[in-house]
Amino acid sequence: MGFFLETLIGGLMTGMLYSLVALGFVLIFKASGVFNFAQGSMVLFAALAMARFADWLPRWLGFDNRLLANLLAFVAAMAVMVVAAWLIERLVLAKLVNQEGITLLMATLGISYFFDGFGQTVFGNDIYKLDIGLPKDPVFLFEQAFQGGILVNKEDLYAALIAALLVAALSLFFQKTGTGRALRAVADDHQAAQSIGIPLGRIWVIVWTVAGCVALVAGIIWGSKLGVQFSLSLVALKALPVVILGGLTSVPGAILGGLVIGVGEKLSEVYIGPHLGGGIEIWFAYVVALAFLLVRPQGLFGEKIIDRV
Amino acid sequence: MAARAAGDVILEVRDISLAFGGVKALSGISFDVREHEIRSIIGPNGAGKSSMLNCINGVYQPQQGAISLRGRTFQHMKPRQVAEMGVARTFQNLALFKGMSVLDNIMTGRNLKMRTNLFQQAIRWGAAEREETSNRIVVEKLIDFLEIQAYRKVPVGRLPYGLQKRVDLGRALAMEPQVLLLDEPMAGMNLEEKQDMSRFILDVNDEFGTTIVLIEHDMAVVMDICDRVVVLDYGRKIGDGTPDEVRANPDVISAYLGTAH
Repeated sequence: MGFFLETLIGGLMTGMLYSLVALGFVLIFKASGVFNFAQGSMVLFAALAMARFADWLPRWLGFDNRLLANLLAFVAAMAVMVVAAWLIERLVLAKLVNQEGITLLMATLGISYFFDGFGQTVFGNDIYKLDIGLPKDPVFLFEQAFQGGILVNKEDLYAALIAALLVAALSLFFQKTGTGRALRAVADDHQAAQSIGIPLGRIWVIVWTVAGCVALVAGIIWGSKLGVQFSLSLVALKALPVVILGGLTSVPGAILGGLVIGVGEKLSEVYIGPHLGGGIEIWFAYVVALAFLLVRPQGLFGEKIIDRV
Repeated sequence: MAARAAGDVILEVRDISLAFGGVKALSGISFDVREHEIRSIIGPNGAGKSSMLNCINGVYQPQQGAISLRGRTFQHMKPRQVAEMGVARTFQNLALFKGMSVLDNIMTGRNLKMRTNLFQQAIRWGAAEREETSNRIVVEKLIDFLEIQAYRKVPVGRLPYGLQKRVDLGRALAMEPQVLLLDEPMAGMNLEEKQDMSRFILDVNDEFGTTIVLIEHDMAVVMDICDRVVVLDYGRKIGDGTPDEVRANPDVISAYLGTAH
């Protein structure tokens, strides 16, 4: 029982991190109807910026304080993401108003390559350490209830907490504010949104900025776990089945999807793996996503769009 | 139809020409719209009615001519700027926000009236809260007015066509426009829905004093509710006047019924 719970909790933690990346997809899709292929590259780019600034700033400004360096680097990386969002709107999206979704998708593919290349040109392509002071030592929980207790990584615990807070804030923002409503309106129909005076350009800048910030948080957490390196942009590939499962338009869906995938991966690896020869963790998410596409293509919480003929 | 007291000219269209490549959609169209009147633009399919509306709305930029609203002339306006000047529109083929509820759809129409910024809204502090409430009151009144109370929380995509058209109208009205552009508000409706919509259009005109520019190709409906009519055919203006004058105009009759050659 203790071992089962340990696996389960481990899965939930990993799942939360998947959710964080998936959230970036959902945000942009909800608010502009674009499937943003560049989300993974944005995670990498933001993490690179954060890691490098945390390294550069103390040297430039001549101070030696880990916390201050991290804070300043976070602000600087955030500023970089805001500028990136603004440039994306100016140079790419503004030219593509009222275009088909597939055109915008291709544009984000281009943005993705740009981020990959530009990020590594500016920030270098080594593996960087990102130490934001999350405690790395594992703790044992419920030692009275189970023999030996449950081993939980403290870092994962904090990460999950941060992710949960971010998610709660974002869903409130989307559902309860006028700007959130305007974002959803733009996603549904560009032309109609313009006709009632919603500024398309500003909305897009806001969305990409928010997605950039989510990417930054995801990048920092993943980066502090695994180190900041190119493979970070591939985390996005794990987020794809998550959004398919949860539904592309649902913030809670991204969270639940992430948790299901995270837990499913771990449990299947431990309990089914031995019978099939192991390695399930790698493909489990995609098989679940495939099954969902067959049975419930809009995902768990996605909007079911009924086209009248 | 009893003539309503029509005021000064609020919207003036002068010598508008619009071409898509070699195709002339509009050539040299001029007309004016007076305050508080219901003005309609009619014409057979492909006459250029929607193009005309899109020019006024800022979706298309005419190559020639100018449009002025309350004496302010504009040539190159974006839809958003036109919206800021107090012009709202509805769409021929519904452009509602399908995934959102009726209430949210109409609330988006209040977007321009919202003055608080993103951060105030995010923490829902004082002014933002009051603003949301006061806008909500306006929207609830509109929902009552359009008799769609029962569907407040229903996603618009699930409503029948006639009701969706009403939500579209509600969203435009939420902007409290001076001029309301209606693009074929009765297209594809059955008789009962058409009567309902006519009643709403007349009520909007009466109660809110909104000036209405209406596009329709169903002559019968138009003649009953509007004050003056512009008739377009192949991008040219072939008639302008009261419904009776237009009905008697030989060019209009031949455009609609065809003439023996």
